[in-house]
Amino acid sequence: YLLCAAGDFVKMYSLATEETLRLMGGHADRVTGIQLNPRNHMQLYSSSLDGSIKLWDFMDGIPIKTFSVGPKLLALYALASCEDSVFVIIPKSGERDTFQLVSVKLTKAAGQDVEAKELSLVLDGVDASPKHIAFGREGEYVASVKELNLQVYFFKQKQLNRFSVSATKTKGGNNHFTCIACHPTEDCIATGSADGKIRLWRNFYHKKEYTFSTLHWHHDTVMDLAFSIEGTSLLSGGVESVLVLWHNESDCQKDFLPRLGSPIEYISVSPDGALCCTLHADNRITIVNSNLRFSKSIQGLIKSADVKTGIVVDPRTKALVLNGEPGHLQFYCLQSDQQLFSLDIVQRQYIHQAGLNQADLVKVAFSAQGKWLATVEEREEVTDPELQLKLWFYDEETQSFKLNTRINMPHEDHITDMCFRDMDELEDYSLILVTTGRDCVFKVWVMVEDTDPEAQQSVSWSCDFVGSYHNYQAANCCFSEDGSLLAVSFEETITVWDSVTWDLKCTFCHPPGKIRNICFGRLTCSKYLIGATDCGFLCCWNLLSCALEWSAHLNILVLQPDPLSEYIAAVSWLSKESSLFVFKPNEPRPIYIQRNLCKEKIQLAAFVPRDEPEMIGSEKYLWLRRSQLFFLTDTQELMTLSTKSLEDRLTPSSKQLAVEESLPVTPFSLLLGKHRRQQSQEDTGLGKLVVQNKNEQDSPAVKELLHTPAHVLPSASFLCPIFINSLLISKENKSAEEVADEVEMESEKTEDDSDEERDVTEMEQEDTSPMELLGEMTYKLSKSQEKELRKIRKIDYSWISAF
Amino acid sequence: MATYKPVVVQAVPKLGAKVTQDTVYWRGYKTPVQIKEFGAVNKIDFSPVPPYNYAVTASSRIHIYGRYSQEPIKTFSRFKDAAYGATYRDDGNLLAAGSEEGSIHLFDISGKAPLRQFDGHTKAVHVVGFLSDKYRVFSGGDDYSSNLWDIPSATEIVSYSEHTDYVRCGCASKVNADVFITGSYDHTVKLFDARIKSSVMTIEHGQPVESVLLFPSGGLLVSAGGRYVKVWDVLKGGQLLVSLKNHHKTVTCLCLNSSGQRLLSGSLDRHVKIYSTTSYKVVHSFNYATSILSLALSPEDKTIVVGMTNGVLNVKHRKPEERKEKFLRRQPAYRTHVKGRTYVPKQEDFCVSKPVKRVLRKYDKLLKSFQSSKALDAVLEPPIRLYTPEVTVAVMQELHRRGTLRSALAGRDEKQVNLLLTFVARRVIEPRFTPVLVTVADMITDIYQPVVGQSAIVDRQFLRLQEAIGKEIDYQEELLEVLGMMDTLFATFTKATYLEENKSDGLTETVQTNRNN
Repeated sequence: YLLCAAGDFVKMYSLATEETLRLMGGHADRVTGIQLNPRNHMQLYSSSLDGSIKLWDFMDGIPIKTFSVGPKLLALYALASCEDSVFVIIPKSGERDTFQLVSVKLTKAAGQDVEAKELSLVLDGVDASPKHIAFGREGEYVASVKELNLQVYFFKQKQLNRFSVSATKTKGGNNHFTCIACHPTEDCIATGSADGKIRLWRNFYHKKEYTFSTLHWHHDTVMDLAFSIEGTSLLSGGVESVLVLWHNESDCQKDFLPRLGSPIEYISVSPDGALCCTLHADNRITIVNSNLRFSKSIQGLIKSADVKTGIVVDPRTKALVLNGEPGHLQFYCLQSDQQLFSLDIVQRQYIHQAGLNQADLVKVAFSAQGKWLATVEEREEVTDPELQLKLWFYDEETQSFKLNTRINMPHEDHITDMCFRDMDELEDYSLILVTTGRDCVFKVWVMVEDTDPEAQQSVSWSCDFVGSYHNYQAANCCFSEDGSLLAVSFEETITVWDSVTWDLKCTFCHPPGKIRNICFGRLTCSKYLIGATDCGFLCCWNLLSCALEWSAHLNILVLQPDPLSEYIAAVSWLSKESSLFVFKPNEPRPIYIQRNLCKEKIQLAAFVPRDEPEMIGSEKYLWLRRSQLFFLTDTQELMTLSTKSLEDRLTPSSKQLAVEESLPVTPFSLLLGKHRRQQSQEDTGLGKLVVQNKNEQDSPAVKELLHTPAHVLPSASFLCPIFINSLLISKENKSAEEVADEVEMESEKTEDDSDEERDVTEMEQEDTSPMELLGEMTYKLSKSQEKELRKIRKIDYSWISAF
Repeated sequence: MATYKPVVVQAVPKLGAKVTQDTVYWRGYKTPVQIKEFGAVNKIDFSPVPPYNYAVTASSRIHIYGRYSQEPIKTFSRFKDAAYGATYRDDGNLLAAGSEEGSIHLFDISGKAPLRQFDGHTKAVHVVGFLSDKYRVFSGGDDYSSNLWDIPSATEIVSYSEHTDYVRCGCASKVNADVFITGSYDHTVKLFDARIKSSVMTIEHGQPVESVLLFPSGGLLVSAGGRYVKVWDVLKGGQLLVSLKNHHKTVTCLCLNSSGQRLLSGSLDRHVKIYSTTSYKVVHSFNYATSILSLALSPEDKTIVVGMTNGVLNVKHRKPEERKEKFLRRQPAYRTHVKGRTYVPKQEDFCVSKPVKRVLRKYDKLLKSFQSSKALDAVLEPPIRLYTPEVTVAVMQELHRRGTLRSALAGRDEKQVNLLLTFVARRVIEPRFTPVLVTVADMITDIYQPVVGQSAIVDRQFLRLQEAIGKEIDYQEELLEVLGMMDTLFATFTKATYLEENKSDGLTETVQTNRNN
């Protein structure tokens, strides 16, 4: 088995099938260290940031004991020689950024929850990372590295030796220590440093006559080191993504396992010495057998440095498609949480070296049936970027995509957007691809049939039309549902083109600010065109009358139409929180609002069609019936909106939004003992959404009012009393509450009732606590103000539509 | 775990005509033999029997050439004035020719004096031919008449005076001994039957007809006149099948190849075009030095003879078929090959598969082990550098991607720098290589700037590079001028917006950055 810490959980994988066997949850915060019980190999210690150590029976997945220690635990070590204590790293009280290694006495008291407050200091001034401390042969000494210093503490002699190396600066970086490992049978310490050197320290009993030898192969930081069980060989790994095996600690005998895919973060060796595994920066575990042959890999959603392609849904497999390994496209199956396959797009050797800009995938588009795939790869270059547009054809025989056409330099500058004309017809030759570029043009690519019968492939793609508008940079493009119209946004203007004759039909603009997103309405709303500008407006134009239907003041980041219904999801970003609005283009009122979706910026969103329409009772969630909405935030967490927790919506703590985690972000593990591994991830638990900071909304609320352009505001006489009302501070809480309730009752039909209920309960809770009257006042104020603002917004919608 | 990915060498679509079976076939001729005649060659005719001698009518003589001789083996020179249109009979024994004075001469191949002389035309006779029964001769003259003669009695059988202009071409049907056609400058082709006193069919060509041809089946008729070659269906009463306009001057002669699958046409525009008779598309074309008057193809397409206005006879012989190399390398003995092939593993056997070894090119091996300088050396070796420069450039680009191009270029001696500069100077103007090689040239100039002036050879190469780039810039400027002119023209002629990519623009800019050499 392989054990691994991931987020709040400890995961157990089977080595034979690579499946997740068990998920052990119970910690309230990130799990930072796991360690097998040295005296019982069926038991496991785990430590967490919530300050507790748990003892598990991992075969059955049962927590045996919980020791609560108190301070944050950053790493955990267990030794066979110290029977009843474990070592943990805790932050030093009172000082920031200093940490100490302490031993915790684990009492043998009966019961599930045991207090363990008996701490004794071992080493001071250590580093927080678990890689910086190692215990030596039979627990006789502990060695720790921090920056340029190596400390060795001998338990028996109670002696502390310090060694340091002189700092050298090279162009590659400094020579700070990055990791440490101790020889299992001899007195030998191996340290790795940021300049790629591995030092083997001996004779460190003496303060002066110590010796060390240097092994140098890595050209960049040594990320982790591990000795084999017998100590005859040493494994090291780093950014080069090469696992190096050093024999007999000599410089000349070494073996390599190259091209492991991405930088190695952690290395661990199994106790029987047969296997070792490496943890990679892209959320993957590779298992390597003892003669350095690749044997298996465990992977979920591959984390890439930057999701430039956006998340696209493959119409054939319904999988999410996004950047995977560098130069690859990954097809990620949401149902089974595993990667279906990875398609090599760039087809070039990726060099794992810092500071090299290499070709990467930036845009992906699928045709309606998933038969064609278009990809754009580019390489940043100071003088001229290398661009390639590739078109792939789905080969039914091999069940994979096959390269059909490669176009070098399709545009003079970066490609900003790309889309296929989505025709549901079966005939293939109506397919059209449109690319927009920063070189101020958009190009239309069509399939041409090769007349030569001896040619290998019968069709290829070539440019059919080049369009431009006033030499503005083209930003987005979008086809209408029936494929007859193409909308291309050029900075501040949206142009609409006929897709048969390529004539410019009409233009729309909303003066201040460039267009950020555009999309056409679908089904019953196909006569509308939606656009979002970067100065915070969402506009809807009627294509029949060529006039503005309505507009709303919202800073929209993501605009995503549902392919199966007429709903459109828009994610706005307002003062450090994202909100979700779902609306139909034919009415200016959103049918669903989810405030405070998450604290991070949401980068991308995608609707994934459900296999079968879900039965949803509530009218509010009707828009989620046919497809599910997924978000990707800028910290690369994948989230979804779920309707499952609908039943317990009355309790204020559980909201409708259950955040589903799929993507661990910071692999952070500690590896010793049996096949195990830990890995933790950013916490996006449910808890953080409980309390809404209403006070923060105060300033944006006023700002929103002031920023609404004058020409869309109603008359001043109408506005004045409302605004003044909102500024008045009511003397009693009760009256404020009444005002709030009143406003809610009369105006907001669109506001979801659970929101109200929660708000009310929150208010009641606060009522019971008499303290902090002032804070509460502002809270009330902001609430009523917000209601009024909503009212105002509603008014200006109606005003616009009347116009 | 991924394996090493070899360097991608960009494939560039080959410009120009595609190599088809036709081009291979028609290119299989040796370099031509030129024979100077006394005047313009107006007719060439191959003897239908081996050894396929051919009769060339030029000026006042008829020369008979053997297949491979450059000297005539026989000459008929009993003409007072120009001779026209010497034609063989089907058995190759008789030869008939018209003449300027209006008489038709019939020669025996073995004799010297004419066997018969037919007098009756009042003006020059340009076309003579045998009907397929071998005993009658037809002729067409500038007196607008087409006549039919009996050989044994040397008398005129019938005379048709239906054309209204000079009769300049004609052809006899191979299936019917009574049918022949004549083409005239009155823009018509007429079909005559010897049994009927008037023409059977008249076809309007539209231009003065220079040459006519009947297909061996007799069903299709080809006429050439003006710039057009037209194919008519005789059986459908002279319906136009297809009109070919591939020459830009008058088409003067037509010819079918021996299989009847290809039609050849020669023209005053110095081209011979070869059409497929199924699709009527040009499948190949030959270029000649001057305007072509006559054309003939020997049986089995062994020889193409073309006669031109300046009296030059151009003879092309087919290359002998290349025999397949039969000297195979000595293979390992049969037994070693077969050993273990047929072995079927038993149920309890444990199968161990042999790993497939991937063969990498030398430069890929070196790139795999990060030896950039050696990899560059490997692609600068003559076979790769000379025949597949795209590989060299692809490796240079890969090195640039890895950021090691500079170090790979640096530290080279005079000979290697010379080599590099030769390559760059020669290839930098090719558009597909320009972006990469401009970078390379920049780096070389940067690196070797301090040593300029120390070696005469290297200096010369630098000057050559500068010259090449200068020329290219001038060329691009000229192209831009032309493009500008064309834009103006198009703008005046077309009302619709004219969008064209200005492709050469980017190239000029990149080249100009390199001007500082």
